[in-house]
Amino acid sequence: MSFINHLLFGIYPYIALAVFVLGSLIRYDREPYSWKTGSSQMLESKQLRKGSFAFHIGILAILAGHFVGLLTPHQVWDVLGISPATKQLVAMGAGGLFGLICLYGMTILLKRRLHNPRIRATSTRMDIVILVLLYAQLILGLLSIPFSMGHLDGSEMLKLMAWAQNTVTFNAQAASLAIADVGLIYKLHVLLGMTLFLLFPFSRLVHIWSVPVKYMRRNYQVVRQR
Amino acid sequence: MKVRAQIGMVLNLDKCIGCHTCSVTCKNVWTSREGMEYAWFNNVETKPGIGYPKEWENQEKWNGGWVRSKNGKLEPKQGGKRRILANIFANPDLPDIDDYYEPFDFDYQHLHRAGESKHQPVARPRSLISGQRMEKIEWGPNWEEILGTEFSKRRKDKNFDKVQADIYGQFENTFMMYLPRLCEHCLNPACVASCPSGAIYKREEDGIVLIDQDKCRGWRMCVSGCPYKKIYYNWKTGKSEKCIFCYPRIEVGQPTVCSETCVGRIRYLGVLLYDADKIADAASVPNDQDLYQAQCDIFLDPFNKDVQAAAKREGIPDAWLEAAQQSPVYKMAMEWKVALPLHPEYRTLPMVWYVPPLSPIQTAIESGHVGMNGVIPDLKSLRIPLKYLANLLTAGDEKPVIRALERMLAMRAYKRAQQVEGVKDDEVIAAAGLHDWQVEEMYRVMALANYEDRFVIPTSHTAYAQDAYDMKSGCGFSFGNGCGSSSEVNLFGTKSQTVRQVIPVEIQE
Repeated sequence: MSFINHLLFGIYPYIALAVFVLGSLIRYDREPYSWKTGSSQMLESKQLRKGSFAFHIGILAILAGHFVGLLTPHQVWDVLGISPATKQLVAMGAGGLFGLICLYGMTILLKRRLHNPRIRATSTRMDIVILVLLYAQLILGLLSIPFSMGHLDGSEMLKLMAWAQNTVTFNAQAASLAIADVGLIYKLHVLLGMTLFLLFPFSRLVHIWSVPVKYMRRNYQVVRQR
Repeated sequence: MKVRAQIGMVLNLDKCIGCHTCSVTCKNVWTSREGMEYAWFNNVETKPGIGYPKEWENQEKWNGGWVRSKNGKLEPKQGGKRRILANIFANPDLPDIDDYYEPFDFDYQHLHRAGESKHQPVARPRSLISGQRMEKIEWGPNWEEILGTEFSKRRKDKNFDKVQADIYGQFENTFMMYLPRLCEHCLNPACVASCPSGAIYKREEDGIVLIDQDKCRGWRMCVSGCPYKKIYYNWKTGKSEKCIFCYPRIEVGQPTVCSETCVGRIRYLGVLLYDADKIADAASVPNDQDLYQAQCDIFLDPFNKDVQAAAKREGIPDAWLEAAQQSPVYKMAMEWKVALPLHPEYRTLPMVWYVPPLSPIQTAIESGHVGMNGVIPDLKSLRIPLKYLANLLTAGDEKPVIRALERMLAMRAYKRAQQVEGVKDDEVIAAAGLHDWQVEEMYRVMALANYEDRFVIPTSHTAYAQDAYDMKSGCGFSFGNGCGSSSEVNLFGTKSQTVRQVIPVEIQE
């Protein structure tokens, strides 16, 4: 059991993250023509406008929350005077709220992708796979909230934080040890999360890298010299 | 003064016969691919009509082009940078495919394969997007051809503003004209300004506006930003595409495909010099009707010694300066003032200009309905209302339209007197503000319209092309990943661009 645990939570994350980083770089370099949002708004606008905004707002907030929540060392929270219990409550509240917003949007988008004949016909297999996996991941995440009600002291959360922080600091052994006895639902959520990182470079998700922040600082007109 | 050169185009609507050869040759060369079936880099509309996509001229609906804010600065009508980014998840101003039309094909194979039956087999249409049967085709790329559809629908044409339009629905008063349209390769392009990725750019050396296909991310803000709706989102590649002004042809001194194949010989290509420093001021003059003159004012006289010296300092080759002096586009737009910009009120400073159509007047004179003003008919009694043309070409100001039409009529009257009656009628051209040598040149360029007079393109870029060596053995445009991307398997799961993937509907035998 501990070998499988180490394989899934000590080694697999590195495989997934390596593919995530290298895959993105290789695709950006070798296949810039394939680097895109893959928008289908032109083929169907009404449902997309309903779903897309909620989905993106929800998922971006959740992503940011996970990033800050998992990777900020607990000492920092201690200094700030935020106890694990408070932090967990905030995470459950905010995560739940944005999770529901995201769920609303993604339900519309998933239905649209599977049932609109135009969208279905023009989707790649990966478009559908990645959306279904994201949906499953979101539901796992939302399902974990009632489980978290069972231990409001923040202890499970501290284990997950330890796993994440040990992973990014290359303490694979400590990472897999930290996560060994958290609940199954969290483990599934983590595993699917790592799988999403693994699939990221092969899907349309790469457009996240291309957030057009430079646009704000750019001149309106672009003239290219020879 | 910062001199730049651009290859501009003029279309002489007076001679357009609406044959669509330009559209079809363009399509065959550039957009006969899956994902782009619905896109016409060049299309010909019958006016009055709502056009393609539907009501493209109605910027209250589509929010294309620029607006001048109270502080005198320009901002895209769909919103400034912040609003564009705020709408990035779902663009509220994006036309649907149905605003263009759902591309379709017919099941021709059924005609071959159908078994014996009582009735003649038919080839029924199916969608080229979903592959599903289309029971009824509701709209197409040229649905309004020769005044197709009811007048009540075409009545929505924006150019009817301030025109008593309803009488033109009556059979006796009806009028029509053709309007071939392509990308305007503007001096102040709204598509470029709207692109969050910075993938769209204007080429400094010839002014052609292009989309870098490797940098385009498909945020689709350019589609709504362009007031002419001449940027098309390729639903298969997820990238936007647009008219490329046939730059590979222009670079070797050949005219664009649409110009080359125009059977009416209505298209002209030539160099225009302009002052790039004045673009912002010209595009933001307060009054819409001043935009035409403001744009004329930034064009530079290629015969002026100062302009020539400044152009040389900018590295513009001599061949380009010579071409600018012989440019038919400069002559028609600046010297004779017979060519006018399309919808200058969008503030993009378009570079494809139009000579307003004249022919309906002549027909009317012959049947004795038109009041004559000397030899020149009274332009107020034109079949196409002056206001309609002015709304199309000069933001509603009739004076430039009247001047252009009068000059063309004067040229006709002068040549008729000269060739039929053997008289030199200097009076008629003087009234229109022309000299006899100008009229002779107008006649040569606009009436005879020989190939070498229509297309004065500096053979480029040879002047620029000393460094072609490192381009040898290049693969030109490919659908990603170098020249040899012929394998079916793609690691990153993108669709093969050279294979049609929409599955046709099963035909029930």
